[in-house]
Amino acid sequence: MPEVKMTVNGKPASGQIEGRTLLVDFLRENLGLTGTHVGCDTSQCGACVVHVEGRAVKACTMFAAEAEGMEVKTIEAMAEPDGTLHPIQAAFQDHHGLQCGFCTPGMVMSAAALLKDNPTPTEAEVRDYLEGNLCRCTGYHNIVKAILAASGQDVSKIAAE
Amino acid sequence: MYAFDIERPTRLTDAVKLLSDATDSQPLGGGQTLIPALKARLAAPERLVCLSAVDEIKGICTADDGALCIGGGTCHADVAAGAGAYPALASLAANIGDPAVRNRGTIGGSLANNDPSSCYPAAVLGSGATVVTTNRKIAADDFFEGMFTTSLEEGEIITEVRFPVPEKANYQKFEQPASRFALVGVFVAKYADGVRVAVTGASEDGVFRWSEAEAALSSDFSAGAVEGLSLSGDGMISDMHGSGDYRAHLVGVLTRRAVAAAG
Repeated sequence: MPEVKMTVNGKPASGQIEGRTLLVDFLRENLGLTGTHVGCDTSQCGACVVHVEGRAVKACTMFAAEAEGMEVKTIEAMAEPDGTLHPIQAAFQDHHGLQCGFCTPGMVMSAAALLKDNPTPTEAEVRDYLEGNLCRCTGYHNIVKAILAASGQDVSKIAAE
Repeated sequence: MYAFDIERPTRLTDAVKLLSDATDSQPLGGGQTLIPALKARLAAPERLVCLSAVDEIKGICTADDGALCIGGGTCHADVAAGAGAYPALASLAANIGDPAVRNRGTIGGSLANNDPSSCYPAAVLGSGATVVTTNRKIAADDFFEGMFTTSLEEGEIITEVRFPVPEKANYQKFEQPASRFALVGVFVAKYADGVRVAVTGASEDGVFRWSEAEAALSSDFSAGAVEGLSLSGDGMISDMHGSGDYRAHLVGVLTRRAVAAAG
């Protein structure tokens, strides 16, 4: 089996893979980084979103071999080493942006990619950007609210619908 | 997925070499269609030749004749951000799939696959673009040969697509609400020598030009000029999302909207 090497969450990572090994399986099974979830495995739900070279991608629709030599960031690297939550994670907690939590890693990684490109998005832009992230619990309102709050915008007037 | 080997060349010549040896190989662009197809066992090559590390087929530039040239390995997000010289094309790219898909899927991969409901074929045919491959240059009118079929030969790689930039253009997509693929999409482009109208999502033969609308719009570029025109539902895709007649009707509606939006 060939070997793949990449940088995951700032640390060198390598492992033996098959050609068909998906990036998400490499992260979860070889590296034990189970924060990245597999929801649909058909690139619909976005629970597996990670950053590759700083860009959001669906880790279930990319082979591990394609990430050779690249920088990969997963949900495990969002909080500080001491456990202090990333501002987006804290906003999800403050604004009740999760219920079962299964979609949350993908939501947080997508939100981080959005805010990097567009630091103060409108509500419509947030909703548009989350097109590829499905949540079956919340109805999205509080996720959108959390992301707007994480961007530093006043969300006190947005009612929890 | 069945097992396969994967190669990740960094030079185009190496990719071509790998695709032409005895092993049953298939090129892998961004994989946003091919990987789901592999998972569903609709494709089972012995080897994938991954093109994502071939930097020489990525990027956007303007040619001496003013055409916008997009490398075959350029992802949709980069076209959306970098094709400002052709706003209708940038906007089309910005609305394919979702953001994460747009960060991986490529223009070359989309065209080579020629899904009957994908967006890029409409832009390429509607612009009279030229598809440049490792072997030759193919005019858009000769490239698309029906659903999931193109004039590409085995091992031929799309290196670049050259779009003549029109005076005005617009793409209207009526989304199938679950998949976000085009239930019908219409690309209208007005050039000095005439108007082109390309339709995706509708026909069982894949993307096509609506010649009656082109003739009408070439003499009068207004939504009213195509008011009385209609297409037959025969040969249109008919499925759980819409009948052939419904799609044929949408072509007319979206063409008028595209002309109005192009201004």
